[in-house]
Amino acid sequence: MSVEVVLQGLVSGLLMGFVYALIAAGLSLIFGLMEIVNFAHGEFLMLAMFATFWAWALGRLDPLVSLPITVGLLFLFGLAVYHGLIRWILGAPMLAQIFATFGLAIFLRAAAQALWGVDFKLVKRPLVDGRLNVEGVFIGLPQLAASVGALAAFGFLYWFITRTETGLALQATAQDRQAASLMGIDTQRMFALGWGIGAACVGAAGALLAMFFYIFPEVGATFALLAYVTVALGGFGNVPATLAAGVVVGIVEVLAGLLIAPAFKYAVVFALYLVVVLWRPQGLFGRF
Amino acid sequence: MPRGLCGAGLAVALALLVAFPLVVTRPFPRHVMITIFLYAMLAQAWNLLAGYCGQISLGNAVFFGTGAYTSTLLLRHLDLSPWAGMLAGVILAVLLSQAIGYPVFRLRGHYFAIATIAVGEIVGTLMINWDWAGGARGLFVPIKRPDSWLNFQFHESKQNYYYVALALLLLALWITVRVERSRLGYYLRAIREDQDAAASLGIPVAAYKQRAMGLSAGLTALGGTFYAQYILFIDPESVFPTALSILICLVAVLGGVGTLWGPLVGAAILIPLGEWTRISFGGSGKAVDLLVYGALIMLVSVIQPGGIMALARRGRRRTG
Amino acid sequence: MMGEGRTLLEVRGVTKRFGGLVANHDISFRVAAGELVGVIGPNGAGKSTLFDLLTGFQTADAGEVMLDGQSITRLRPDEISRLGVARTFQKLKPFAQMTVLENVMVGAFQKTTDPAQARREALAALERVGLADRAQAHAQVLSTGQRKRLELARALATRPRLLLMDEVTGGVDLRSIPGLVALVREVSAGGMALVVIEHNMGVIMDISHRIVALNLGEVIAEGPPAAVGRDPRVVEAYLGQAYVR
Repeated sequence: MSVEVVLQGLVSGLLMGFVYALIAAGLSLIFGLMEIVNFAHGEFLMLAMFATFWAWALGRLDPLVSLPITVGLLFLFGLAVYHGLIRWILGAPMLAQIFATFGLAIFLRAAAQALWGVDFKLVKRPLVDGRLNVEGVFIGLPQLAASVGALAAFGFLYWFITRTETGLALQATAQDRQAASLMGIDTQRMFALGWGIGAACVGAAGALLAMFFYIFPEVGATFALLAYVTVALGGFGNVPATLAAGVVVGIVEVLAGLLIAPAFKYAVVFALYLVVVLWRPQGLFGRF
Repeated sequence: MPRGLCGAGLAVALALLVAFPLVVTRPFPRHVMITIFLYAMLAQAWNLLAGYCGQISLGNAVFFGTGAYTSTLLLRHLDLSPWAGMLAGVILAVLLSQAIGYPVFRLRGHYFAIATIAVGEIVGTLMINWDWAGGARGLFVPIKRPDSWLNFQFHESKQNYYYVALALLLLALWITVRVERSRLGYYLRAIREDQDAAASLGIPVAAYKQRAMGLSAGLTALGGTFYAQYILFIDPESVFPTALSILICLVAVLGGVGTLWGPLVGAAILIPLGEWTRISFGGSGKAVDLLVYGALIMLVSVIQPGGIMALARRGRRRTG
Repeated sequence: MMGEGRTLLEVRGVTKRFGGLVANHDISFRVAAGELVGVIGPNGAGKSTLFDLLTGFQTADAGEVMLDGQSITRLRPDEISRLGVARTFQKLKPFAQMTVLENVMVGAFQKTTDPAQARREALAALERVGLADRAQAHAQVLSTGQRKRLELARALATRPRLLLMDEVTGGVDLRSIPGLVALVREVSAGGMALVVIEHNMGVIMDISHRIVALNLGEVIAEGPPAAVGRDPRVVEAYLGQAYVR
């Protein structure tokens, strides 16, 4: 195994890691606010990817161009899911909460299959195409753009929750719901906003991934699992930590594929999850 | 409802079920009933762990696959009777469940649920890549003729499969009743309600969770062997996937988690529903029945997490 | 009868740290069989942490907890319970989806595996605390005072030698307090050793044989209620320097 191959793997892992981090950030935000794991998160991603695809196929819009639209659509979708479903299960037992979003996931996946079929779709000839050669390491430009985009989106999210009034209100609600409402913060609005932003993050990730990834109804499943692992590694509710965790997952995935076998790369990531939560139940940087 | 009436009602229902294949001889309705019994039994097994003990596992398919593969591999390589293979499958599944439970039960809530998915995915991946056990191609169960109970294969008709499936379901129900009324049942429910309070009353929580896990795993493995002998072909896709784990949970949740009859009620609704949508919508039927399933779960979660049994109980209390 | 009987519980130099915070520092005291020891102290004094240490929910960083000469410092909660130590919780923990009777049966099952026997024991315990008429009610519909009784009945059903009660009157309406206090007195009079955390000074001074006063994780006074009540360190801890005469 040459240094170049390992280096190549590390770079790929790092790039994908930022995308994983963005996906996981949305999940972590939602959980931090109301302690609900969105088991339909992968399907949100899938919808974003399909939205980007159809914008390209029917509207001739490049993914990077339609990205703001996709983010906006997913934001509204997140709000809709909150008001239509989540609002009703806020106080429900954990089983009900798990199955509510699970049901949504199954529903969305089936809807996508019924509407658009199971065939793999791909955006061809995107604006950003081709690859760079940096000292023998090949970096696909779409992957690089996606990674940079994800990092930028993550940075924007971080700025939003730490530097804007609304973002701070979100943090306050996450830390102590009662105290926040006593301060005049409308917790219902914060929850809805949390879902909207969480979905928007995934929307951005989906639009970026659609530049080079195959699009099909089941695509969300694997990303979702990787997102759960990322959130758990970073610690449920700790949004900044998901950046580091995402990179870890990305690198482990690639290295596992290289050093063991491609078929086992996800298995190794899951094994990593098990090792981490057992050794450090609150994740590497978690609150709980 | 007075006890006597309840018992009589059950006896009549049982008699009807026993008489069913004697009256209805077409294979398809029998197949639907068999599938109902199988899923009800699997859901009942999951119910013991998740409903009564509160440990929401989303990876029970692991034990189903263990049962199916153990008996099939023993049959193929040692020509061992599937009944013995069934027993071996149960033992292996129970051992596996204890090994999985030891680390995983230290987690709580969502971490635990995700861990069970992770375990399921890992095992699924391993099975797909394990060529000696058939890998992704799967395994055919060696055909034995003529039909015989010893070989647990019946090709002429589904009637005997029907009775075995019914027997397995009755076994699961009987075990649940025994557990409900015993100290084990009380302890499991206490763990579900409040682990710390349970420990403060002298309950060794981890040990009892493992017991629930073992019971659940063993029962599920029985179903796995039955499936292998019924369908005569198994592969990781059909016996190990997370989708199967989810479907099992769904059946129990719809019917009523933590209740005796919930799993059966859930299966009696979901399975025929699935078959009907598959027939009505042809090839894309797979998507439509999932669409309905998804909508159903969302509705159940929002309106009545206790499932249909809870709805029925509320209705009775209002009128009774 | 006061501190001179056989020592049932001995706490020796127990210390517990959470990161930089010292919750309990070098705590020592004894409880004799049949004694009722009250533990008082302002909020944050380390009382609940002490209970957690005694019942296995936390492990002490230093020191020993001895039950009848046997070290229980590093045992799990269920192991300690089976050795005869029961507790109630400050934040009540009823088994919400189970009935009152079923709740107490869980406790009774520690001493028997027979459901019928457990049911009988549970009903007896419910009689003792005055909840027998609510046996079939679901635990979640009970009032706070009733939940306290339920938790007590559940603990008593395990037939403990030592009962730790974390807050007897907290959150209970004024009318129900005398009844609860009388109940605790009865349990103590029956010969059970009790350690009780309580904020209501009137109640705790009245029922305790001895008081242990904590402040900032340390024992600042120990002895009969009257003496501890007059101890200047105790007055200072609760009311501030200005009130020390």
